[in-house]
Amino acid sequence: MKILVPVKRVIDYNVKVRVKKDETDVELDNVKMSMNPFDEIAVEEALRSKEKGVASEIIAVSIGLPEVQETIRNALAMGADSGIFVNCTSKLEPLSVAKILTSICNKIKPDLVIMGKQAIDDDMNATGQMLSAMLSWGQATFASKLEIQDKKIKVGREIDGGIENIEVNLPAIVTTDLRLNEPRYASLPNIMKAKRKPIDEIKVEDLNIDIEPRLEILKVEEPKSREAGIMVKSVDEMIEKLKNEAKVI
Amino acid sequence: MKTLVVVDHNNNKLEKSTLNTIKAAIKLENVDLLVLSDSCKDICNELIHIKSINNIFINENVAFKNQLAEDSANFIAKNFKDYTNILFSNTSNGKNVAPRLAGLLDTMIIPDVIEIVDKQTFKRPIYAGNAIATCKSKNKINIITIRSTAFEEAETSDDNVIEIKEIGSLTTNNLTKYLNSELTKSERPELTSADIVVSGGRGLGSAENFQILEKLADKLGAAMGASRAAVDAGYVPNDWQVGQTGKIVAPNLYIAVGISGAIQHLAGMKDSKVIIGINKDEEAPIFSISDYGLAEDLFKAVPEMESKLN
Repeated sequence: MKILVPVKRVIDYNVKVRVKKDETDVELDNVKMSMNPFDEIAVEEALRSKEKGVASEIIAVSIGLPEVQETIRNALAMGADSGIFVNCTSKLEPLSVAKILTSICNKIKPDLVIMGKQAIDDDMNATGQMLSAMLSWGQATFASKLEIQDKKIKVGREIDGGIENIEVNLPAIVTTDLRLNEPRYASLPNIMKAKRKPIDEIKVEDLNIDIEPRLEILKVEEPKSREAGIMVKSVDEMIEKLKNEAKVI
Repeated sequence: MKTLVVVDHNNNKLEKSTLNTIKAAIKLENVDLLVLSDSCKDICNELIHIKSINNIFINENVAFKNQLAEDSANFIAKNFKDYTNILFSNTSNGKNVAPRLAGLLDTMIIPDVIEIVDKQTFKRPIYAGNAIATCKSKNKINIITIRSTAFEEAETSDDNVIEIKEIGSLTTNNLTKYLNSELTKSERPELTSADIVVSGGRGLGSAENFQILEKLADKLGAAMGASRAAVDAGYVPNDWQVGQTGKIVAPNLYIAVGISGAIQHLAGMKDSKVIIGINKDEEAPIFSISDYGLAEDLFKAVPEMESKLN
């Protein structure tokens, strides 16, 4: 079984994001970049299924500037077998990413795609569902449990109010939620080994896909800030304020 | 220009955030509602008096009971592709179906909208709410999910009765099958629509210690929430999680107990009307956004508060 794992390079989740002064975007210069945390979970899940002997090959794919190859190398250092780098200098939105991934799926024919439920930069939560629609495959979003069987998967999904269990025929798309697993760190020997693993390069122009953005970003601004209130000295004072000043209890 | 709101529900009851989504839709034009369920009647009863709506379309089919994205998205793509706007609530259902529909209709989804600037311009949070992007759509069809806490509820009037019309037919999918659900049972109000939320963090120290918060919540008729740290530590179930990776809430009163106030948590609750923080560390970031802060040991302050409320 072949598993494809799309990975995205984003601002590291520990970085405090700042809006640029000209309000065109957030500050990206000299900011630490990492693999999207949900994608790390996706790589981990693929690795575990290979370790169980269910999957035989794991391919990591990333789309963007040459720097995204670092993210592919991270996935290879974690244990993926090979990478695909789609070289693309234009800004991409999930619709375009899903189209590019559709074309790659048609070429390499994975049995399963495991990917993050959302990227922590644009918070879109869309690419997995769009990709399933374009391929006419089943989707299992927000997975917190994945069991791969012969021609199908059983997935526990995080929904409002609990967990929903579904069964999806392969090939299928799974998007990962936080509780699916805890990703491993790449060991030094594996980081060295990853340098020799193959990464195929594809130029996005060669795929002949319309990647013109449909959403124009007019402005990126700071959210309205919330002013700090007061410190109270006792529970009695707190209750008094809530009753008489805020009038919420 | 026509606007459709896809109604979110659990087959018996309307999901309340739908009312906020309808309010947002009314800012666009010509609003119709769509109910897909195995039993539409009770849900329609909750919708029938809403003002400024043209039609309620229904399709009653046993297959819709399980609300699989493959079925709903196909049905909507087939029957509503002449609409200009299709809106969903940004719930787990909406987030599952809306992007699939957008993929089918070759349109870029506009998720988690907090403001409709004009008919093609929308504001949405990015980077967990640390920035707000204003997007102008070049889509022919806008598929939008609405953050319910950013909009009021639609108004109703008893004089107003919306016409209900059956529409379309469903060809069920053979890709995905529903098996079962494990739902958390609770007597408390639903987290995202509660007036008061009591939330606990890592400071609680154990699952058992959450009971002191639950007593306070029961006294106040509040919903229970938690920070990601408390969920990751296994103190409480994941669906209590408030924050960037959990639920977004905006109650009248948010009580944060033993929560330091990580950005990821603040992203989920900073639009609450009144926030109080109880934390023994007076430097905790939670106090920088609290209306009222109390720097005290929670194991002393919470039981005291609970006993003094009546």
